Amino acid sequence: MSDLLQRARRVGAEVAARHASAVDADARFPRESFAALKAEKLLGVMVPAEFGGAGASIPEILSLCHALGQHCASTAMIYAMHQIQVACIVRHGQQSPWHRQLLQRLAGEQLLLASATSEAGVGGDVRSSVCAVEVEGQRLKVSKNATVISYGADADGILVTARRTPDSPASDQVIVAVLKGDYRLEQTSSWDTLGMRGTCSNGYWLHAAGDVAQILPLPYADISAQTMLPTSHLTWSSLWLGIATDAVARARTFVRAEARKKPGSTPPGALRLAESMNLLQHMKSNVVAAARQYEAALGSAERLTALSFAVAMNNLKIGTSQMAVQVVNHALLICGISGYRNDSEFSVGRHLRDAHSAALMVSNDRILANTANLLLVLKDDPGLFP
Amino acid sequence: MTTVADMIRDIFREGSILPVDIATLSDSADLYTAGLTSHATVNLMLSLEEKFDVEFPDRLLRRRTFESIDAIKAAVGELLDQKAAA
Repeated sequence: MSDLLQRARRVGAEVAARHASAVDADARFPRESFAALKAEKLLGVMVPAEFGGAGASIPEILSLCHALGQHCASTAMIYAMHQIQVACIVRHGQQSPWHRQLLQRLAGEQLLLASATSEAGVGGDVRSSVCAVEVEGQRLKVSKNATVISYGADADGILVTARRTPDSPASDQVIVAVLKGDYRLEQTSSWDTLGMRGTCSNGYWLHAAGDVAQILPLPYADISAQTMLPTSHLTWSSLWLGIATDAVARARTFVRAEARKKPGSTPPGALRLAESMNLLQHMKSNVVAAARQYEAALGSAERLTALSFAVAMNNLKIGTSQMAVQVVNHALLICGISGYRNDSEFSVGRHLRDAHSAALMVSNDRILANTANLLLVLKDDPGLFP
Repeated sequence: MTTVADMIRDIFREGSILPVDIATLSDSADLYTAGLTSHATVNLMLSLEEKFDVEFPDRLLRRRTFESIDAIKAAVGELLDQKAAA
């Protein structure tokens, strides 16, 4: 096991797990988990070694999301969202002196990055912006009515999408990286939800000012296709798999305890446990295959912006988000009332509530509609192995 | 004589592919900066396939193929050459 994974498992088991119930009950930022992740230097792990990071690969990052997801889904989701932002800077910021310095700070100071992509007035389409970057000399200004900035109040910096100029069409967007001190947040809505309560995904008016050098050089459309979309679906799927894995672990302990009480007779939940393991394997295969596909395409803008790649990543997200709920539901049926209780060691209520967010955060219907559109022109590759 | 570029421009005009008038853009202008969305790109491809009676293979179904009239002209030209040679 890699040293990184060992450290993440330690944070998960010793810190995140202990505070997961309180984070969920109070819908508060998992501050203990993030203090521990910072102390273990796990926030800047994706930063290349030349900037002081660990240069962690995508499979390593996914393993960390998976490990954290088994203990506190909110911690894992915030960790995943942070890594998606870091990935954008790692992949698309190295040509820019300002962003190279940011990479050093991400590794050195273990900064936590959030994102402001959602906006009021675009009908949930993050590939359109109302707000625009206004430039005067070397200074820029942007104000955004962001419907969601997850853990915005606790982040050290925010990646903001906006139209390139006040004259640009809605789809011509850039990303601006702003750091604490560059921006002011006015909270416009709160986050009292069924699950993923610790992500504190409040709405804010964001008012930021900075240097034009803080704009990432590549258009957002390219960053989105090449990095944000694949790393989102991969990291999220990994942590959803983590949620499902822990639910099945609880169900397995439950079935074993039953079996020990009556050796020689197979407990009623054993068959459903076998079924859960089957689903879990499907999920895992999906994540691993998509991660390999991403790794193979890395470094090739051509392959990363191919429609077939977008469809594959969309399918990963649709599949794992649906299966996560299915698997946790199986675990609930296996554990019965013990699983339904909130005060039992077999409780999977939080798992189920957290897992239900998967189909909604970037709505599966929206993703299916996007895939449906792409399939109008995409030809099918009939081969089994690419 | 109607050129391939003219026929491509007709598609933009008839299909309202862009939020701006295609006549205001040069052949080398960046269509994404002009407001071409990924959704509209699919409609553009369908219209190109219909008009030129060609099929875009998957390897051409990527963002850069449709970034300008010039780029589209190159892709369509390649497909028309292949068709003529077949």
